[in-house]
Amino acid sequence: MRQGECVDIAAIPRVESDDFSDHLQEARGRGVRLAQLFGRRTPDGGVMLYAFVANDNVGMVDVCCSQLVRSDSRPLQYPSITAHWPAAQAFEREIAEQYGVHPLGHPWLKPLRYHATDDGSPAPWGPFDRKKPIPGDYPFYRVDGEEVHEVAVGPVHAGVIEPGHFRFQCHGEEVLHLEIALGYQHRGAEPLLLHRNATRSAIVAETVAGDASVGHALAYCTALEALAGAKVSIRAHAIRGIALELERLANHVGDLGALCNDVAFLPGASFLGRLRGEFLNLTLEICGNRFGRNLLRPGGVLFDIPADLSDKLRKRLEGLQPEVLKVLDMMFEQSSVLARFEGTGVLSQEQAEEIGLVGPAARASGCMRDVRHDHAYGVYQFSHIPVAIETTGDVYARAVVRWLEVQRSLEFLLELLGNKPAGKTFEAMSPLRANSMAFGLSETWRGEAMHVAFTDDTGKLAFVKVKDPSIHNWLGLALALRGVQISDFPLCNKSFNLSYAGHDL
Amino acid sequence: MTAVRAVLFVPEMLVVLALPPLLMSVIAKTKAWFGGRVGPPWLQPYFDLHKLIQKNAVYSKTTTWIFRAGPIISLAALLTAATLIPVLSNDSLLGFSGDIILLAYLLALGRMFTVLAAMDTGSSFEGMGASREVTFGAMSEPALFLAFVVMAVATKSLQLSEMIGPKLLPEWQIAGPAMILVVGALLVVLLTEACRVPVDDPATHLELTMIHEVMVLDHSGPEFAFITYGAALKFTLLGSILVHAAIPHPEGFNVLSPPLRVLELGGLAVLVGAIESAMARFRLNRVPMLIAGATVLSAIAVVLVLMRRTV
Repeated sequence: MRQGECVDIAAIPRVESDDFSDHLQEARGRGVRLAQLFGRRTPDGGVMLYAFVANDNVGMVDVCCSQLVRSDSRPLQYPSITAHWPAAQAFEREIAEQYGVHPLGHPWLKPLRYHATDDGSPAPWGPFDRKKPIPGDYPFYRVDGEEVHEVAVGPVHAGVIEPGHFRFQCHGEEVLHLEIALGYQHRGAEPLLLHRNATRSAIVAETVAGDASVGHALAYCTALEALAGAKVSIRAHAIRGIALELERLANHVGDLGALCNDVAFLPGASFLGRLRGEFLNLTLEICGNRFGRNLLRPGGVLFDIPADLSDKLRKRLEGLQPEVLKVLDMMFEQSSVLARFEGTGVLSQEQAEEIGLVGPAARASGCMRDVRHDHAYGVYQFSHIPVAIETTGDVYARAVVRWLEVQRSLEFLLELLGNKPAGKTFEAMSPLRANSMAFGLSETWRGEAMHVAFTDDTGKLAFVKVKDPSIHNWLGLALALRGVQISDFPLCNKSFNLSYAGHDL
Repeated sequence: MTAVRAVLFVPEMLVVLALPPLLMSVIAKTKAWFGGRVGPPWLQPYFDLHKLIQKNAVYSKTTTWIFRAGPIISLAALLTAATLIPVLSNDSLLGFSGDIILLAYLLALGRMFTVLAAMDTGSSFEGMGASREVTFGAMSEPALFLAFVVMAVATKSLQLSEMIGPKLLPEWQIAGPAMILVVGALLVVLLTEACRVPVDDPATHLELTMIHEVMVLDHSGPEFAFITYGAALKFTLLGSILVHAAIPHPEGFNVLSPPLRVLELGGLAVLVGAIESAMARFRLNRVPMLIAGATVLSAIAVVLVLMRRTV
């Protein structure tokens, strides 16, 4: 199926739980990518597993499901997918933690967020203990030896950033292994999305990862509109596209500035830091919020961009464009900056494919994937953005991909603002179709976000599954760190700049 | 005699002790100017010291007396070193023949206690910082000493105030190239020892990348004030050696000389600020190449002056 389509839940192809892993393994052989894997509790106490694999070449997503039945003779278990396909590792840990399902043969079965299972049954690593409320309180992978030392960083950091725990196994300055334990930000966002009032849920969707508010709201709205069969006007789609690209610009520009800061290149850090604010202020002009909150709602957008505002935005963007490009030219011409970026934190294309990397990080490793191109929806069906690709997979490549995307987003915005289609910006949706499933994809600045929504037999929203690109990419960061100087960790981390909140939900 | 000299030195020493935070301000203002910002007020470093002095220190339970002694001994070592180094005039308070050896060990003593205090906390961060500090310190010492050898040979003296005093003036005329190399090496030593970009980044908040800052993470209150002041003093003292070697003032007391020295030190601070603004920091494993480069510069300078003596 494609995004924006709606299917009957009963029509999703089923696979025997023992064959589930093999079935996906076979699909992988056809060159698809694991986009989403999650479980949903069924009324009889079993768990239904859903797997979404994306065929990026044709813009299709294939779905299959598998019923796990609980009986006295057989606990909830199935052969692990991760054993053959590492991209599934975080998803399977999530399923095990949520429902106590045991993926047999998972190579590193540890809690993902540290919370109890939904019915209190023990997780594969034992029952949840409230007295030990600290995520990451489990045996870490350890390297032993006389000259090996362990460095623990976080969850409280020196900067004002989100909490996460990083455990390094080092030999002198060289990192042999990095293990990342998250879960400190677990808020239970998914159940909150089931609120009867779709407007309220949209507010929650925007806060899954605050710096990707528009991206997550877009995926959420697409899923809900598909369930309602609502047709959103092209004008509303265009405004959504404008907001998404402004968000991308603000974050890419800000991150490039932060990369300068991490290598102590002062002018880049100062100028780009200010320019990030300029882009946030453009979003503020549209909807009154710098992060694009309250702009997207299922059914359209709440704020129109009238002609005079459109002209104003275009004028300001035309003024910003040369300024941004000039500062970025200066940054990428500075040999001492490039010396720090090049060859740092390399992630090969093979590794990236293996773990299912998404977003700019994947494109920097030579993986051609961009939702705006592969699964074009809304305004991206009419205006195309070229996909930015690099091949070296290091910090430099991740920075260059961002640089290229800044250029292309600017051009895209200028074109779109000059020629915006007409139409109504918002139309209230009809009730959702009963017993159906739909999903929405969006290319947030960090990568692919995916929201999957299910309705029950009364047409009420019954289950929503959110995926932030970070859940794919955190493992990428850990792999990129191997063999890197520990003093380069902050630089590598910033080049990925993953979301803790989006991962922890 | 010594007493009279000491009295005469009181005003000079007061200026020398008051100057270091201002130089830090000059660096900060320079960086702010390059970044298009206003920067902190000129007196901010003094405000910071005042604030820290008033605070209480917090001690981790795992630390011993070494942790408390570290900042005090380090600062005491630097203050003693200040009596051996000419800063504003051509003379030093307690200079004597061979004081150069004492100076070297005073700097080493200060470093050793900073490092020991860092290791005393048992923190993996501070251990990393200590190991980096010692590595780079051990590498920059040869560069500094070879530079001293050049000046000792040139001035036929082992007293620092004479080595970098007026006797160096003729050396600039006959062995200019060697002196330029020495000044270059001293600049790298200054950047390394004072923990400035491209060796270290004093502004970063990222504990994994720090060298000096990470070693003093656990210090607080007055002791942290000692460390902050000590770092500024170290910059001033090493900077003085650099400007004296680079621009020797002629013999005899000149009223213009001390203010000129202050301006020269200010100029050096601007230069350091400009270097910090214009380039990124080196990757940690490339820093040794920079320091080794400085050592090579000093070594070539030694060869140049020795060759001239033998010819």
